[in-house]
Amino acid sequence: MTAFIVRRVGQAVIVVIGVTAVTFLLEHLIPGNLARAILGSRASPAAIAAFNQANGLDHPLVEQYATFLGHLARGDLGYSYRLNQSVDSLVVHQLPNDLLIVGTALVLALVIAIPLGIAQATRRNRALDHLATSAAFALYSMPSYWLAILLIAGLSIAVRAFPAEAPQAATVGGMLADPRALVLPVLTLTLVNVALFSRYMRAAAIGTLAEDYIRVARAKGLPARLVLSRHVLRNSLISVTTLVGLSFPAILTSGLVVEYVFNVPGVGLTYYTAAVNSDYPVELGITVLVGVVTVVGNLCADLAYAVLDPRVRYDGAR
Amino acid sequence: MTEGLRARPLTEAPGPAGPDATPTGSGHGAALRAFARHRLGLAGLALIAALTICCFLGPLVYHTDQVHANIQATNLPPGPGHPLGTDSNGYDILGRLMTGGQSTLEIALAVALLATAFGVAWGAVSGYTGGLADAVMMRVVDIALAIPAIFLLIFLSSVLRPTVGLLILVLSLLSWLGPARLVRGEALSLRTREFVEAVRVMGGARRRIVVRHLIPNTFGVIVVSATFQVADAIILLATLSFLGFGLPPPAATWGGMLSQGTTYLLDGYWWEVYPAGFVIMFTVIAFNLVGDALAASLDARLGPP
Repeated sequence: MTAFIVRRVGQAVIVVIGVTAVTFLLEHLIPGNLARAILGSRASPAAIAAFNQANGLDHPLVEQYATFLGHLARGDLGYSYRLNQSVDSLVVHQLPNDLLIVGTALVLALVIAIPLGIAQATRRNRALDHLATSAAFALYSMPSYWLAILLIAGLSIAVRAFPAEAPQAATVGGMLADPRALVLPVLTLTLVNVALFSRYMRAAAIGTLAEDYIRVARAKGLPARLVLSRHVLRNSLISVTTLVGLSFPAILTSGLVVEYVFNVPGVGLTYYTAAVNSDYPVELGITVLVGVVTVVGNLCADLAYAVLDPRVRYDGAR
Repeated sequence: MTEGLRARPLTEAPGPAGPDATPTGSGHGAALRAFARHRLGLAGLALIAALTICCFLGPLVYHTDQVHANIQATNLPPGPGHPLGTDSNGYDILGRLMTGGQSTLEIALAVALLATAFGVAWGAVSGYTGGLADAVMMRVVDIALAIPAIFLLIFLSSVLRPTVGLLILVLSLLSWLGPARLVRGEALSLRTREFVEAVRVMGGARRRIVVRHLIPNTFGVIVVSATFQVADAIILLATLSFLGFGLPPPAATWGGMLSQGTTYLLDGYWWEVYPAGFVIMFTVIAFNLVGDALAASLDARLGPP
């Protein structure tokens, strides 16, 4: 078990270092250079030299990368010259909003998708199964903004039930003060995630139902309800942990799009705005953050999997 | 990305064991016949064929100007002359869907081919070689997978001016990771099979084993994955255009049309929103249906990621 954890954490550290290296190299893809991009095309060579010296950009690349890593290690994600604010302070203020919207949607999606998947697996190829499979398939094939637009057209314009814009508050408290405005962004993300999860949940539950221990449980007379809750649900939950870990990039992607459509004051929208305004430090800082979140998410899922499923521990220790 | 969730069944026959027999040769006919029984898969295929014909041959019959704005004909509802109306620049929407479809289908197919070819080569070499090379090659994949594609795409599009060629290149650079992982998994299990061992014992070169045996044996999985790649590339491309980072105007893109039309949602100009949105959705559905049917008929245990 310890060997597995050490190896897995080691891998994650290598990947995080790789992510920082990629981001660092991206910065050097900027045409001209960072100084030109920030000071403008009319900056004098002297001003550019001064900027480069002040920010250590005249040092060798390896040295610059080491400095970059040092800053990251202290939680310094860079500085936005456009907003005159450090990227980390920007992100710290907005992250709770993202957690509220994306987190609520994730929890809701799991609460819906897990029982739905099991119900589909137990009533395979019946009306409910076909209906849920088709709905998941359609939702899965929809870009998340298209779903968002359909929901706005239906629930915000045709029936004036919910506003089409998220609450414009700086804090989670402020966001929660206007719960009706949270409905559409959360609903969009929930539906996207349900489509993502229920297919796997159905497949996982079908796999579990075919196992010998289910037959044993049934043969010894365990009521169907207990077979489902004690065996099918618990075993299928194991694969859901992995699924959630693997889905981080997809969840973050739909998060960005939904924040854009509903104007949610969060990190995704900030990334978008930064890209529109060529605010490179903000883009790069958020890219590193998103990469680290994905790696840590995968790592947590793998470790949780190892704790939940003893067979993995054996495999990993070899 | 299902490969982490469930192990593949080890029940398939390894195929003719002769070192140079094409191991899946006889399987393809059967798989095609199985596919022909999949009504939804056939429907998807028909939809793709219809879309391709519409987008590439349609403009030869249905002439529209998609370059010059026409401010005298903006936001016209569907009617004679404009079956799907016009947008806020006076472009005919039906004609614009066709032009946008051309670039979408071209880019998505090119990405699927490039990404699959590169990913297959990477995965097969990594899985077959094993050891340190495998570890290094797979960490590269992990690193690239850690940053969600849309973030990198937006960054690159904000730095470089997108063109069809650049989009194909960048999308391919972000899309080969899935096939690489998939084929590596296949290669890992195939390398210990008797027919591969036999080639090795007979002195077959590593290159020959990878090219003649590993890759042909993963062909089914590769085809299925490539089909889903097309669907994913269409979604990514449309998302990028929707956010305003796709091909710059006057190029027509489905995502761009949807984004522009959404501005007029409150004005009731539905024809500027729904055609583009549904075209994106149905195109993706069509490729996913074909992918699902192929997966079922080849018994490749793989779903869209």
